[in-house]
Amino acid sequence: MSKATAPVAQPFPGEPPVTPALVREHKLNDREYAEILDMLGRTPTLTELGVFSALWSEHCSYKHTRPVLKTFPTEGPQVLQGPGENAGVLRLPDGWAVAFKIESHNHPSAVEPYQGAATGVGGILRDVFTMGARPVAVLNSLRFGPLDDARNRYLFGGVVKGVGDYGNCVGVPTLGGEVTFAPGYSGNPLVNAMCVGILRADDLITARAHGVGNILMSVGARTGRDGIHGASFASEDLSAESEARRPQVQVGDPFTEKLLLEASLELITSGTIVAIQDMGAAGLTSSSAEMAARGGVGVELDTSRVPLREAGMTPYEILLSESQERMLLVVEPHRIGEVEAICAKWELAGTVIGRVTDDGLFRVIHEGRTVVAIPGERLVNGVPMYYPDAIESPEAVARRAGTPAIAARVDAGAALPLLLDDPTIASKRWVYDQYDSTVQANTVLGPGGDAGVIAVDGSRFGIAVSVDCPNRYVALDPYEGGKMTVAEAARNVACTGAVPLGITNCLNFGNPDKPDMFFQFKEAVRGMGDACRAFDTPVTGGNVSLYNESPTGAIDPTPTVGMVGLLDDVTTRVPSAFQQPGDLVAVVGTTRGHLGGSMYWWLVRDFLGGPPPPCDLDAERCLQRFLVAASRGRLLRSAHDCADGGLAVALAEAAIGGPYANATMGAGVHLARPDNIGIDAMLYGEDGARAVLSFDPGSVDGLRALAAEHGVPFAVVGNVGPANGELRITVGTEVLTWATADLRQAYFDAIPRRMAA
Amino acid sequence: MTRVAVIRFPGSNCEPDAYRAVEREGGSAFYVFHRETDLRDADAVILPGGFSYGDYLRSGAIARFSPIMAAVERHAADGKPVAGFCNGFQILCESGLLPGGLMRNATLKYVSRPVDCRIERTDTPFTSAYRTGEVIRIPVGHGDGRYTASDEVLDHLENRGLVVIRYVEGGLLDAPANPNGSARNIAGISNPEGNVVGMMPHPERLAHDLLGSNAGTRVFASLMRWKRPALVTNS
Repeated sequence: MSKATAPVAQPFPGEPPVTPALVREHKLNDREYAEILDMLGRTPTLTELGVFSALWSEHCSYKHTRPVLKTFPTEGPQVLQGPGENAGVLRLPDGWAVAFKIESHNHPSAVEPYQGAATGVGGILRDVFTMGARPVAVLNSLRFGPLDDARNRYLFGGVVKGVGDYGNCVGVPTLGGEVTFAPGYSGNPLVNAMCVGILRADDLITARAHGVGNILMSVGARTGRDGIHGASFASEDLSAESEARRPQVQVGDPFTEKLLLEASLELITSGTIVAIQDMGAAGLTSSSAEMAARGGVGVELDTSRVPLREAGMTPYEILLSESQERMLLVVEPHRIGEVEAICAKWELAGTVIGRVTDDGLFRVIHEGRTVVAIPGERLVNGVPMYYPDAIESPEAVARRAGTPAIAARVDAGAALPLLLDDPTIASKRWVYDQYDSTVQANTVLGPGGDAGVIAVDGSRFGIAVSVDCPNRYVALDPYEGGKMTVAEAARNVACTGAVPLGITNCLNFGNPDKPDMFFQFKEAVRGMGDACRAFDTPVTGGNVSLYNESPTGAIDPTPTVGMVGLLDDVTTRVPSAFQQPGDLVAVVGTTRGHLGGSMYWWLVRDFLGGPPPPCDLDAERCLQRFLVAASRGRLLRSAHDCADGGLAVALAEAAIGGPYANATMGAGVHLARPDNIGIDAMLYGEDGARAVLSFDPGSVDGLRALAAEHGVPFAVVGNVGPANGELRITVGTEVLTWATADLRQAYFDAIPRRMAA
Repeated sequence: MTRVAVIRFPGSNCEPDAYRAVEREGGSAFYVFHRETDLRDADAVILPGGFSYGDYLRSGAIARFSPIMAAVERHAADGKPVAGFCNGFQILCESGLLPGGLMRNATLKYVSRPVDCRIERTDTPFTSAYRTGEVIRIPVGHGDGRYTASDEVLDHLENRGLVVIRYVEGGLLDAPANPNGSARNIAGISNPEGNVVGMMPHPERLAHDLLGSNAGTRVFASLMRWKRPALVTNS
């Protein structure tokens, strides 16, 4: 690196000089500050310090995680755009493509659940439509502490309302998601939002500034003082003082978002602009600096031209504001008028605020004075990288080796309604009834099943999407849990008949400077990478959320996966619930009765521990391929994967019917029990690579042949019916029966009952 | 061919769904922007669902002042068909083309789910392809769907047979029939002439078997059968 002194920047009038105390306040350590001094050859101005603080936050720089993330597989013939852009993009048939991404909004939601969640949805929508894709589905993965605590109920209710109000207003259907409740999330809920968009592959546009002399324009909302230093806030542990950060949480305006969506897509598909980037975390600073670095050019911003919500804002505040619903455009000078006209059509202002330069500098001018002048490439890529120690804690080893100390609180029969009543397993209808799931009129399978499925207007194919993370398994064994995270998502998508195509991920972990935490991170990533390689589902992007710790401790490690799958012919999609009396029921996969890490041990034997089920990637891949082939052959009436609560919960969920069913379906099944497996392990063990199927009796030979071809164990165990009848499971010689109406009530009333408390 | 103007307000989000539903039934749909003042010789008008102008004030309260609404009001006064679904129904009530109003749901929560509804009036341009008394399952998605009016207005609606569609007990296992607390389970109404119809449910979202049902298609099929009455002339 050259030691040449960067051009001089002057302090903005009234700015204090930079002192060691100010540097620390900006969360920059000695090593990082030394790097800044070396880069500039002078003391930075306060405005420059703010810029470094934002871009070198963990949230923007990935300084602890980048080397580990590089191990993910990111390539494949289906990948049109891998990591590094606003969203990943995969190829679909007929010239179509799918853009998708998942992102966290955990810290804001912990202090201001409604706006934190709403702006999380807003941000992920923008990530997708800045690629030129029209958002067609949102999903979300939410985690809270137990609902017997009033604050957790407040956070849960506020987050759900925030997600709903934003997505409903913009008009994008919520296709599914997951909600998990566990003590580790009490002080630190997780809000991960995923968006899926469809585009013509030809319309793909990237956030790459190029063309020296081109113009930078901002479009959308005015810039205010909200969200300043949001990226830095997201890069520290939550504490008693976090409540004071509430003013740093941005406020969402879904109406402006909807206008911005229409304007952006019109700007992109009409070819009027060169590049577009969302002003997300660290606002104008990161959007402009990252676009310039990607394009290998410099940028000059004039912050005095940025439309403001309030007078008297300093360049520091303008650069670091995280006001929502703003976009940065790169425009050829002769097309400014066209851009302004399209913006005006959608009631928005497009304003010239800067230009692309050839000197490689990130330069900011305010009222004629240069207040920031930083070498752009080093600003974006020059943050020191960290390689933290990764050592598993002895407590984690002990927890994995443990077994329950007490006997089952109830017998095997009574355990089923108890499990169905647990909010983590129970129906999330209370949640998704508040989300519009049918707008756009393409929802083929909505929330409440294994995966959501949408049709693509004018095409035969469909897209299946799912978000998953078995966080208990990851906590107990990060490597196996990481594998299982991808496997569950792929299995969910495959149950609908879709071929898993690729993933996005949102890696929620604790403080990376703690070796046991970083062990979880590294091992989970290794497991996910191995599974993605085995399933040929590359990672196309995502985000990392660290420092998810509150005074009560760290969260369970939660690497959420968003999976996208392709149904060649959407009319072959398979729902998850039993459909018709007289159909046969089969279990595919091998039941070994693995109770380690299970919901049964936790809820019935008060023990959350033991080794989680090992994830057999070969068996999972065979099951996925079998499910896809069976769907293509139109051999299935329903398919539902076995996960939390094992086979008994999967059978019960299929029997009690979907959220808006007219009737439950009784079922009678007989499970052969090997001598070495107890009845509770048979019913509630959580071995992976299994699914419960129902089908017309005439399909049995075809299915048996397909199962043999794919090497999947296949056992016909009983039949569906009668409507509104009993669920009867015979294990060996023991017969257990439940009224499906009772099971349904336990399952659908679990969350409403607690929220009404 | 029936020409159907689908109005786009800023914040509308169901207009492509209505457009497609019209085209699938053989009609000719086109968008008319809120700033326009002419309906371009449309036979019928649809005010689509969504959140016009963000609905930050009161649902539909700002949209009624859009430049295009004067033309919509003339179109209605001429006896020609005007339908509003969801936000469109809210706008029709705000503009006075239909009586009453849509208040925040009784649960104070947005509700998105299927509901069972009975078609009570079939002599409108939007319901003639249904049988009177037929029950259909159809999705709703709204935060402000509680139909409210004075007892006098409600009695008038009932006595004149102006309730077009009503929430009823159907087959849903564990969801109450009335999703929002609407007075007298009213899901949709018409003006006395029958040419202006508003409803909270979304027929345009059930316009294809793949979506689980095509129960909504007949709203659009009805419109295709509608003939401009000979007696009505342009004002």
